Amino acid sequence: MALRTEELLLNMGPQHPSTHGVLRLVVTLDGENIVDIQPDIGYLHSSVEKMMEYRTYLQNVALTDRGMDYLTALANEEGYLLAVEKLGGIEVPPRAKWLRTIMLEFQRISSHLVWLGTWGIDLGATTVFLYCFRERERILDLFEQVTGGRLHHVYFRPGGVYEDLPAGWTDRALEFCDEFPTHIQEYDDLLTGNPIFLARTQGVGILPTDVAINMGASGPVARASGIAFDVRKAFPYEAYGQVEFDVPVLADGDCYTRYMVRMEEMRQSTRIIQQAIEHLPAGEIRSKVQVTVKLPRGETYARTESPRGDLGVYLVSNGDDTPYRVKIRAPSFSNLFALIEMMRGWKVADVIAILGSVDIVLSDVDR
Amino acid sequence: MSPNTPPPRPLPSTILPLEKAVDVLDQLPGGGFILTKIEYVLNWGRAASLWPLTFGLACCAIEMMAAFAGRFDLDRIGVIPRATPRQADLMIVAGRCSIKMAPIVRRLWEQMPEPKYVLSMGSCATCGGPFYYDNYSILKGIDQVVPVDVYVPGCPPRPEALIEGILKLQDKIKVEPFLRRPIAAKA
Repeated sequence: MALRTEELLLNMGPQHPSTHGVLRLVVTLDGENIVDIQPDIGYLHSSVEKMMEYRTYLQNVALTDRGMDYLTALANEEGYLLAVEKLGGIEVPPRAKWLRTIMLEFQRISSHLVWLGTWGIDLGATTVFLYCFRERERILDLFEQVTGGRLHHVYFRPGGVYEDLPAGWTDRALEFCDEFPTHIQEYDDLLTGNPIFLARTQGVGILPTDVAINMGASGPVARASGIAFDVRKAFPYEAYGQVEFDVPVLADGDCYTRYMVRMEEMRQSTRIIQQAIEHLPAGEIRSKVQVTVKLPRGETYARTESPRGDLGVYLVSNGDDTPYRVKIRAPSFSNLFALIEMMRGWKVADVIAILGSVDIVLSDVDR
Repeated sequence: MSPNTPPPRPLPSTILPLEKAVDVLDQLPGGGFILTKIEYVLNWGRAASLWPLTFGLACCAIEMMAAFAGRFDLDRIGVIPRATPRQADLMIVAGRCSIKMAPIVRRLWEQMPEPKYVLSMGSCATCGGPFYYDNYSILKGIDQVVPVDVYVPGCPPRPEALIEGILKLQDKIKVEPFLRRPIAAKA
């Protein structure tokens, strides 16, 4: 007599210790193999795009911090303000450009550290979390000295930045940058050679290059699948055109490759910060822009490289002091749906490893 | 003083220095025990081992994680995260809660065993915060769904503020009439 088998529908989330935020995954299982996976999103929908239509361009800066990807507040501000400055023809002084570059790269490191720590917990390596947050606290201290906030900074303004660096900040930042590569080496020692870690990540959750392009994946996820695209290189903004850095591109497309890409990105970010502090020009930090800035009628699209990928902001203005429409192209949203292709055919135990390696933030997905 | 005559007993209101404590205890029949209120001991034990549900909604969850990590280390005050509501007695609602998420928060709260507490972390969980006006999707305060014991303000609150909130909750637990406490689900 044949054993009767049937597919099992498994519900993961929205409260699950390893879904990063409030994501619900409906997994169709055949035994232990994943047949299909369907993400159910919208549990953190904050109607940010609608709220932006009722707030002035300056007020919206605070909203981008919270409503979009909360791990990368400054990258959101940058994406939004690039669109505002492009449409309004607002000049940014050179010093502000360099300051923004420094802050954005610190934000990238701190975001990747949260990713590494939480992914470590997902894979059972709790120590990494404590190590990562130790370094992250130091970055947050640096942020706090400049912006006054740990997580939500509201530091970038239309036409520049809010405040100049406090005395001695660059020395402290350089001290951190000198030290940080040794800490990355520590994470390497904990994870990179660890056979359990390798068994759970190497060759798992492969995203082929053509699928990555079709699904619109971007950022480290795409670069781990062999797509050599980085907005910082392709469409340089702020001071990225004037600094030297490499974009790590690897071709395997598995969880381990995505990990390697992000580790290398942290090293490159350190390089960028060191160069930027060296080149930091003196001068104004903000051009004269009215508090209730009115943009001319028109529309524009600005893209930046947030730590999760290609962050785009489409801004429509009809001449008021509030935007007519803001559409945010969230990198996590596209990367999340590339997940479906990555997971098909793998075991149920790999779901957590693959989901963690994509590094989604649900606030970015749902907005 | 002859060795047979016992030393004079201290008055009940006298506060003795700690090194005298053994002298007093040894006079009592059996010795080595203390008198206290049963509720005080129970509450003292409960307050010192609050196990929260690891349940992050938005940005505040990142600060909650920072509070669990090395620098702030909530383990020091007996707060150990649990992954399932069945083992938890504290729910830290960290972040904004959408209307779609609200029934799930309620269900998680209902799955927790009594006695249970809710700590609302951040402005969004407390009252909607920056998402109060012009917003169609965010719940204006988690207290519309579950009863809240402690509110921690901030956007997001610093880890120190979360620790302060937990200490406030401990103070609240310590003075509770635990054995006569009304069941929260009926309240």
